[in-house]
Amino acid sequence: MFATAIADLSHGFGVAFQPHNFLACLVGVLMGNLVGVLPGMGVMAAISILLPVTFSMPPVAAILMLAGIYYGAQYGGAICSILLNLPCHPPHAVTCLDGYPLTQQGKGGTALGITMMASFVGASFGITEMIFFAPVLVRVALKFGPPEICSLMLLGLLAGSTLTRGSPLKGVAMTTLGLTLGLVGSDALNGTERFTFGLLDLADGIDVVALALGLFGIAEFLKSVNKIVPLHASRAKLRLRDMRPSRADIKAASIPMLRGTIIGSLCALIPGTGPTIASFISYATEKKLSKTPERFGRGAIEGVAAPEASTHSAVQGDFIPTMSLGIPGDAVMALLLAALTIQGISPGPQLISDHPDIFWGLIASFWVGNILLVVLNVPLIGLWVKLLTVPYKYLYPSALFFVCVGVYSTNNDLFQVGETLAIGIAGYVLLTLGFHPAPILLGFVLGPRFEENLRRTMLISRGDFAVFVERPISAVFLALCVILIGTQIYLKWRKDSVEEPSAPAPIFDS
Amino acid sequence: MKPFARVSRDHYAGGLVALIGLGTIAQASRYDLGTREMMGSGFFPMILGSVLLAVGVLIFVSAGRAAADRHEGNDLGAPEWRGWVCIIAGMSLFIFLAERRGLLPATFACVFVSALGDKNSSFKSALVLAAGMSVLGIALFSYGLKIPLPVLNW
Repeated sequence: MFATAIADLSHGFGVAFQPHNFLACLVGVLMGNLVGVLPGMGVMAAISILLPVTFSMPPVAAILMLAGIYYGAQYGGAICSILLNLPCHPPHAVTCLDGYPLTQQGKGGTALGITMMASFVGASFGITEMIFFAPVLVRVALKFGPPEICSLMLLGLLAGSTLTRGSPLKGVAMTTLGLTLGLVGSDALNGTERFTFGLLDLADGIDVVALALGLFGIAEFLKSVNKIVPLHASRAKLRLRDMRPSRADIKAASIPMLRGTIIGSLCALIPGTGPTIASFISYATEKKLSKTPERFGRGAIEGVAAPEASTHSAVQGDFIPTMSLGIPGDAVMALLLAALTIQGISPGPQLISDHPDIFWGLIASFWVGNILLVVLNVPLIGLWVKLLTVPYKYLYPSALFFVCVGVYSTNNDLFQVGETLAIGIAGYVLLTLGFHPAPILLGFVLGPRFEENLRRTMLISRGDFAVFVERPISAVFLALCVILIGTQIYLKWRKDSVEEPSAPAPIFDS
Repeated sequence: MKPFARVSRDHYAGGLVALIGLGTIAQASRYDLGTREMMGSGFFPMILGSVLLAVGVLIFVSAGRAAADRHEGNDLGAPEWRGWVCIIAGMSLFIFLAERRGLLPATFACVFVSALGDKNSSFKSALVLAAGMSVLGIALFSYGLKIPLPVLNW
């Protein structure tokens, strides 16, 4: 198993180092890094704006670039948190707690240096986990029939909607809404037009780019306009020398870094618990294990190292269920999966054997991308900090234009731009009512496949729902669903007695 | 206590979800339900509609009082009519102008009008931004990526 992994991986590096793939990866991580530091731009918006551009690219390059945006943004988000106390991206909200005090003490450079080390360690572990774990998962998943796939999807959807931030009930509502939006268009089985309300333009369903840009672009602009406080560029200059952590810092941070990595990789294996939850758990763990917990919140280097390692390890691990089972754990993964589908590649356990270029190329590109990020970030940090001061009044009109052209160019259809606007307004209403839009996308992407497998299951079982509990693997997934719901009810019941770790609320959802 | 103080954000949220559920059920009932063995086009939508309705009712029932909203920091602040109108108008202008009048006027109108939505932007700064984006947009999309929209079409 080890030898084949090495052989596959070297094949992957061959793919990742092909000039156009390398370029795609570089552009991806740079874009990601950029949107990571820009206030008011989310990962989701960036990926969906660039999605139409990737249609004309070969599938491997397209997926490397889109994935690069995702993990590149994590590096950018950490810079925001540490230097400016701005939790631009939810996973890094907890990094503010100790990162910003370190900056105030003049040790911001050290914190960034440690962050980069932690990110790299965490990411490397996450990637290794993927190399060994994904093929095992595939071998199991290839035995799945429609009932197992159904139950697994149900588990994924439930986890994706209840384990994210906010009320679990509202999460379930949004997932179901997403599933419903996925119904729009012709029924795959018999061609009946559903929920098109007589509009011919809706016969092919709602476009995933229009949905994503409406929810994460337009709705965010409507929410943020005149609400973002302009920043003042009065930061002390960072020099390269400042970023090299001292030996004492490295020693203090190394064990927490490893603990964070492991917590992150475990969180990645549980569907629905993405990087945000991983970083919160690892911060809380460090604080609990520390002999001097009172230092936390006042610039403890462990409080930066552990959550950052954890975030990055979880980000890479997020790809495991997506690439090996075809079941995305969150909205970003759902969008990547949609990108693959648009490229004509059907996601699922057969992906690794059918398209080894994509799978192993992607894994190798993670390493290439992470090294690029570390190398690029050192000289570019000054530039990123300057970019942070770009006022929102310039940012959102430009972004709005890119959204318009981006949606138009998916199908050369202005109707879809209107669709995006309508979805955006509806999305803003939902945001105002305290819903998080991410589960909508998850449900939307999984919806058609969920219905198809449900119908097939019922056909096989002759209409007997008991098939889901009679087949052992399916029964396990359903039991996990029940446990998940039970835990949520239990947590709600004793909510008053448990204090959640307090961090500045993330400005943006992604 | 005034009666309205008891209507919190979650009451609206639950009500909206329940309403969407009812709509879905109504629409689903127009399609063939089929049998459990041979599910028709309406079966799955019917399930989804029912789940939405149930969850909506649950959210409504478990909603706290309005006062709790502010306590949880859920306040989104005052309505931002200027920003909203300008963003929606800017995008609508793009849709209206892009094919009829070309990408150049559409880009300019979209960026210019939406930029006016920010309290801090002046007529001049919006003009400069719109002009800049128009040049960039035409160069990138018309000449670079060759999207099938006319540049100018008076």
